Amino acid sequence: MAEAAIELVGINKSFGTVRANRDINLVIERGSILGIVGENGAGKSTLMSILYGFYQADSGEIKVGGKAVAIKTPNDAIAHGIGMVHQHFMLVENFTVIENVILGAEHEALLKSSIAKARSELERLEREYGLEVDPDAVIEELPVGLQQRVEILKALYRGAEILILDEPTGVLTPAEADHLFRILRQLKEQGKTIVLITHKLREIMAITDTVSVMRQGTVVATRETAKTTVEELAELMVGRRVLLRVEKGEARPGAVKLSVRNLTVRDSRGVTMVSDVSFDVRGGEIVGIAGVAGNGQSELIEAVSGIRRAVSGSVMLDGAAIEVTGHADPGELRDRGLAHVPEDRHHVGLVLAFEENENSILGYHDKQQYLNGPFLKIDAVRDDARRKIEKFDIRPPDCRLRTANFSGGNQQKIVLARELEQDPGVLIVGQPTRGVDVGAIEFIHKQLIAMRDRGKAVLLISVELDEIRSLSDRILVMFDGRVVGERGPDATEGELGLLMAGVESQEAAE
Amino acid sequence: MEFFEALINILNSTIRVSVPLLLACLAGLYSERAGIFDIGLEGKMLAGAFAGAAAAAVFGSAWIGLLVAVLVSVALALVHGFASITHRGNQIVSGVAINFIAAGSTIILGQAWFNQGGRTPSLTADGRFGAITLPFADQLRDVPVVGQIYSGLLSGHTLLAYLAFLAVPFTWWVLFRTRFGLRLRAVGENPAAVDTAGISVAWLRYRAVICTGVLTGLAGCYMSLSQNAGFVKDMTAGRGYIALAALIFAKWKPVPAMFACLLFGFLDALSIRLQGTPLPIVGKVPVQFMQALPYVLTVILLAGFIGKAIPPRAGGVPYVKER
Ligand SMILES: Nc1ncnc2c1ncn2[C@@H]1O[C@H](COP(=O)(O)OP(=O)(O)OP(=O)(O)O)[C@@H](O)[C@H]1O
Ligand SMILES: [Mg+2]
Repeated sequence: MAEAAIELVGINKSFGTVRANRDINLVIERGSILGIVGENGAGKSTLMSILYGFYQADSGEIKVGGKAVAIKTPNDAIAHGIGMVHQHFMLVENFTVIENVILGAEHEALLKSSIAKARSELERLEREYGLEVDPDAVIEELPVGLQQRVEILKALYRGAEILILDEPTGVLTPAEADHLFRILRQLKEQGKTIVLITHKLREIMAITDTVSVMRQGTVVATRETAKTTVEELAELMVGRRVLLRVEKGEARPGAVKLSVRNLTVRDSRGVTMVSDVSFDVRGGEIVGIAGVAGNGQSELIEAVSGIRRAVSGSVMLDGAAIEVTGHADPGELRDRGLAHVPEDRHHVGLVLAFEENENSILGYHDKQQYLNGPFLKIDAVRDDARRKIEKFDIRPPDCRLRTANFSGGNQQKIVLARELEQDPGVLIVGQPTRGVDVGAIEFIHKQLIAMRDRGKAVLLISVELDEIRSLSDRILVMFDGRVVGERGPDATEGELGLLMAGVESQEAAE
Repeated sequence: MEFFEALINILNSTIRVSVPLLLACLAGLYSERAGIFDIGLEGKMLAGAFAGAAAAAVFGSAWIGLLVAVLVSVALALVHGFASITHRGNQIVSGVAINFIAAGSTIILGQAWFNQGGRTPSLTADGRFGAITLPFADQLRDVPVVGQIYSGLLSGHTLLAYLAFLAVPFTWWVLFRTRFGLRLRAVGENPAAVDTAGISVAWLRYRAVICTGVLTGLAGCYMSLSQNAGFVKDMTAGRGYIALAALIFAKWKPVPAMFACLLFGFLDALSIRLQGTPLPIVGKVPVQFMQALPYVLTVILLAGFIGKAIPPRAGGVPYVKER
């Protein structure tokens, strides 16, 4: 057996009454890739933040290269060769790449020589690992895939030998994820040690050497990747058998509930993102929109749900027009039975500083059931929140907890619970299972199908092709702002992939 | 030629009244760039002005006055830091409290120590910073235009005035060319990024707040030891707030900050100059109106003419380690 790069012994950590980590023992072998999987809120991010010195363990010991060390701050971790790419990036958005890379690692009081050194070092890293990125680009103008690359560069620039990545592929397109994995393999070949947290079991199987499963704050199992299966891992995580395939009956489409005609939408820079898109969604069917991220799907659902103003076109909800080119009011649309689960829960879906119960009625707070004249019926709101927490298995089950303190996947469940429980006639849902564990994915998929079977119309966008294929009754493929094809649920991955890459549309044009 | 002389005169007083604004504005820049909003510039200036004048009166030395002014102002800045960095308190509340403390205690202490109705004793030449005549200023006085500008406008200010204008390029250099500046800007934008990069957020912010204290101390000192010969109650008269307005106006950048302060200073100088002189068409304008003009213009300028001013993103929010 190879030598241990890191050993965690008896780590405990509580946040108030929540025991995020209990008695964790974990060995990370040098030069290997360790995967960590586990339910939302199992304590994965917490454990890695302790290793990185961002949080302090209540008790326990960290050994680096066999020696017990005290890691009190990220600085200590960096000094021991540990680097981390956080679930939410830690970048200064209006700084350039190079400024972010040197921040905290400048070797003298004046910047000039640090920048020069970083420039040549970045060139070397680019050559060795294919980590290319323009050092003078400003972070907020880079796509997330590149922002993540900057985070990796930051760690490597500090001489990281052990690299922790917390759900790195959650925000990446499949192509970006593939590129990331090539980089990780290369890093491993150079002798670096990698810890990868992910909910995508396929990724675990593809790239890790060993995998540890966490549940409710403890490590419940560690397996050699080659000797385990996706099914076994899923069962270990959730503690019961998980249905990884979606089971659904035949769709019985009814009347058209949402009808989009010739919709054209521009983004904030004035670039046309959706051009002349038309489609219908009937009650009792799930229509999925597939496409590589950035091909207009986001702008499309924003326009239909009244968040972004369209340039031209029309949208009908239950036969009545929505003013998509004028002042469509999301609140009014909600009253008319159109619910929207936004892609970006942090910026659009939640007020992180609010308590869970407040977020669980956000947007529906003027419904009679929550009101007593001008006042909120706090008890009714909280009871309602508790009911949703129980049904959606949101953890910890505390409706008074600040929303920011829920784990990423549980925040997603809060938004879903809020929108689905209103039982809207039309549901528009973006990336419903981003950052969510396998057990919750199964649950969310079942809920979406149940909605369909109750005769509701569901419009789904997702960058996960698997999700689109297994849920949708019809699949529309978007490329460069246009719907380039429609397929049934039996379309193959290859066929959709070609459409998504715009291949067929080019052939047609020739 | 008469018009030119009048212009030089107005510009000269523009510089004089701009100096405390500029020092306070740069003071605010250090703090706000680091993510600590500071509405207490006014109070720190006032306390600095009082402490400086009191110490200069007692010890008969402007330099001792300066030292004491800076110490007192830094002490208040640290109080603000303690409340808003260590205890994660509300930065506006803490700043307002400091303004109240300064306004009240300067009068009470002044009365108790000097018995002159809240004033400090008039300072002698030793207790003040005298005007510095630049080399050859006297000889060049009669050279048209260039000489007039040199000796009438640029020469003859006090040490603190020159210091204030030198502080502008210096601040730019610190912010954009040094490690401290890079970290300072970063902590005002995303303290979590600074924290995970292995830098102490609290210590960095404390250092920023100390810079603020030093500069507000100098600003106060300029008012009581250069512009005037002693402390008068409420002598800062809202300059701390105007400095904040200038800071927003300048979008938290040092060189634009200087021009913003000069603009506000110019309006102030103009209002002093035009007091009592009848204007064409409108006739004689009440003194109060002229005095209010800079503030009115500030509101108008801030409301519509500067475009979007994006403050440092983490400004005003205490840093707590959580998501
Ligand atoms: N700063 C905090 N304050 C309070 N509770 C916290 C804090 N950070 C995490 N928790 C709680 O600790 C538990 C573990 O959270 P953690 O983020 O480690 O989960 P995770 O395994 O990374 O989940 P996910 O897959 O959803 O990201 C959760 O119940 C969470 O609510
Ligand atoms: Mg996590």
